[in-house]
Amino acid sequence: MPDLRGTGVSPGVGAGPVRMMGGSVPEPPPDERHGGDAAAERARAHEALHAVAADLEARGAKAGGAAQEVLAAQALMAGDPGLGELVDAKIDAGMAAARAVFEGFAGYRAALAGAGDYLAARVADLDDVRDRVVARLGDLPMPGVPASAEPFVLVARDLAPADTALLDPESVLAFVTEEGGPTSHTAILARAIGVPAVVACAGCTTLPEGSVILVDGGTGTVTVDPAPGDIAAADERTAARAAASAASGPGRTADGHEVPLLANIGGPRDIAAAVSVGAEGVGLYRTEFLFLDRAEPPTVVEQEAAYRAALDAFPAGPVVVRVLDAGADKPLAFLPPGDEPNPALGERGLRMLQRYPEVLADQLAALARAGETGSGELRVMAPMVADAADARYFADVCRAAGIASAGVMIEIPAAALRARDIAGEVDFFSLGTNDLAQYAFAADRELGALARLQDPWQPALLDLVATAATAAAGAGKGCGVCGEAAGDPALACVLVGLGASSLSMSPPSLPLVRAALAGHPLDACRRAAEAARAAGTPAAARTAARAHLSLLPSLGL
Amino acid sequence: MAERRVRVSSKVGLHARPAALFVQAATKAPYDVRVAKADGEPVNAKSILSVLALDVRNEEEIVISAEGDGADTLLDELEALVSDPGPDGA
Repeated sequence: MPDLRGTGVSPGVGAGPVRMMGGSVPEPPPDERHGGDAAAERARAHEALHAVAADLEARGAKAGGAAQEVLAAQALMAGDPGLGELVDAKIDAGMAAARAVFEGFAGYRAALAGAGDYLAARVADLDDVRDRVVARLGDLPMPGVPASAEPFVLVARDLAPADTALLDPESVLAFVTEEGGPTSHTAILARAIGVPAVVACAGCTTLPEGSVILVDGGTGTVTVDPAPGDIAAADERTAARAAASAASGPGRTADGHEVPLLANIGGPRDIAAAVSVGAEGVGLYRTEFLFLDRAEPPTVVEQEAAYRAALDAFPAGPVVVRVLDAGADKPLAFLPPGDEPNPALGERGLRMLQRYPEVLADQLAALARAGETGSGELRVMAPMVADAADARYFADVCRAAGIASAGVMIEIPAAALRARDIAGEVDFFSLGTNDLAQYAFAADRELGALARLQDPWQPALLDLVATAATAAAGAGKGCGVCGEAAGDPALACVLVGLGASSLSMSPPSLPLVRAALAGHPLDACRRAAEAARAAGTPAAARTAARAHLSLLPSLGL
Repeated sequence: MAERRVRVSSKVGLHARPAALFVQAATKAPYDVRVAKADGEPVNAKSILSVLALDVRNEEEIVISAEGDGADTLLDELEALVSDPGPDGA
């Protein structure tokens, strides 16, 4: 089988046997009958129900925590006596076991689906149990993440957060998915746990179960049945990366140009990981976690504590907090969105906060208080800023709240193109490359079919970054990058060459970015950036840039 | 027959963890255990699917009934389970 190609979204190499994520389990045909021995068929059904319950129970015991509660409840569903009686009655009437199980669940399913929101969510749990029992009875692959005693490469059409909640990071050597883009759930998860991943890899779901593949999450190559030499070379690269990752210290190029390396965090619980890799501060503190799943906005006191935790963890560094980025795609009970046919282009981010100024005022008040009492240097920025008027509004409300440093995300192409106007209004920029790519290419971040357009090496995206960074430098303002692009070691060098003054990324990406920067002088980064922008395609840009970043191969990158 | 009328103090009602613990406790009994909403039809308390489908919310009243040796002790245990407000406090 020839090699497969996709988009590498989490660098590193991994080799091992393919384990396919179980697909959907088909509904057993309505007219399916058993051979006539009802007692044997009943026993078959109960064996399957019991085995699924035991498996769920065992997985729960292994997972622990919140996952265990969900799995224990699912195990109870499989062992439900009421369900068992229904299934028996249907089998006695001649129905085959798989169909009887399917129909037995159907009655409960309707009752749960008709009740409140919480129960509607349990319907998914119930369907999962049903599919597992039906799969067992029909000798079909189990849905969900496969169980395997030895480490494996997880291959799937796509991965949803629910699929991976129970994933043991130790057991997965690499991810390969047919769909998904650089900012898909798979990509973010893979980088968060430091596992190589290739997405948008056409044909990967036809790989035979158990066949050995070599996944290069840097280049996006998937080698089928690799030669021993391939694996050895990959292992060498892995060892080189491990050695390169061991370095510590602040971010700087080979010739000493300082580029602070910061962490993207989603709440106080991510701080420890950021500190452990030697992040110099926080470049993107997402504050949505404080607001999700609640009826009322959090109090000023509650918010202040969450912000101060980050400031105290980085007494010497900047902590860049992004104010609430809500909108019709992530609706909150207390910020009802309008009826929007196209939420990505609707009242989200700063636009939403302008509609609910009291929520913004509370958040800024909490930030100002945290900034006064916390140790680190507080900076606050707004998402979804389109023009200078947006920027001025935000800078004004920040100053009124007593916040010294106010900045904006550059994630709308118009803001990048007219960054010069915006630079006069605010203290700093932070480039959100994921949304900037989405809006520049009119390509939904989550659509695997459009992954080509979300490639952060797209020369048009690099042009927008260059325009914004040049405008910031001209005004004497900082311009950080906090999108996933900043965590790609080669691209990080290019971003610095384009004028990025700091880089913020998920913590596991940080050591290799530090090593890549330390290996190349600023001049080489600039030449790499020029070469990338001169190229006509993302692949050509990557190749052209790497030609100037000569140390990358020796770092295993 | 022993019967108990109980107000559910669990924040999540008779769902999630309290529901699972409730069903697990009822399942230990060798006799029938039923649970109903204040004016509803009783269902088998050993059936998680039936218990969830009752959709009992926080502060709602339920009626638990059982008949057999030690039924009162069992009802004590079930009452304590649903009276615990849960990890988020009262």
